[in-house]
Amino acid sequence: MTLIVQIIQFVLLLGLIITALAVVVFKDLISAAIALGACSLLLSLQFYLLRAPDVAIAEAAVGAALTTAILIIAIKSTERKEGYR
Amino acid sequence: MNWEMSRVVRTITDILIVPMIIFGIYLVLHGHLTPGGGFQGGAVIASSTALLIVSYGTLGKHKKDLSSIEAVGLTLFILIAFFGIGYTMFYNYLAGTGGIFGGTVPAGPNPGYINTGGTVTLMNLMVGIEVSAALSLILWMMSRESGIMEAKDKGSEGMEVKG
Repeated sequence: MTLIVQIIQFVLLLGLIITALAVVVFKDLISAAIALGACSLLLSLQFYLLRAPDVAIAEAAVGAALTTAILIIAIKSTERKEGYR
Repeated sequence: MNWEMSRVVRTITDILIVPMIIFGIYLVLHGHLTPGGGFQGGAVIASSTALLIVSYGTLGKHKKDLSSIEAVGLTLFILIAFFGIGYTMFYNYLAGTGGIFGGTVPAGPNPGYINTGGTVTLMNLMVGIEVSAALSLILWMMSRESGIMEAKDKGSEGMEVKG
């Protein structure tokens, strides 16, 4: 049972690194915001596996839902592509 | 500029709003027994507001209502805290009295009775009301200032910073 949990944690950490790199790499800002939401969701799963379900609920609600919505609203009012003018 | 998503998104939003709000209320009311509490439940309720704004592009003109709800939640929280001032502030004067929210916890392992929180349940309720109203107000202001929502009453409030 603990081996399965460790394997799931390893996969989650790999996914965290990949999504965190994707946030930096993407030039499309809406894609970067969605990748940040995915990173937050994986982080909340990792919190749950580390037996902090309280933090996991807060991370899932604030990080995955509200922050993504606020970032997408902000991107809608500015520009979608990254770059300097 | 009316920003509204397709009929599929709006129908799914109509279906999903109800379980999201009910799950938020569950998290708030079971705050003293299970993981969760006022902040988490309020954030879940506010994320339903985010879904509503993103799919419909409007929330109506409810800024004054949200602000009033937030103020009422905070004021009642402080008031409930001050009611225990005869002993200390934040004193749990309802615990063990046998009334509403005041049941006694039996000794030994038990499944967790919801009627035993005392003032903790009331404070979780007030924090949940305040957090949901405040986060909804933040989303409302952001979406109105960014032009997603149609801004008919722009300039009538004194909270805008024009530079």
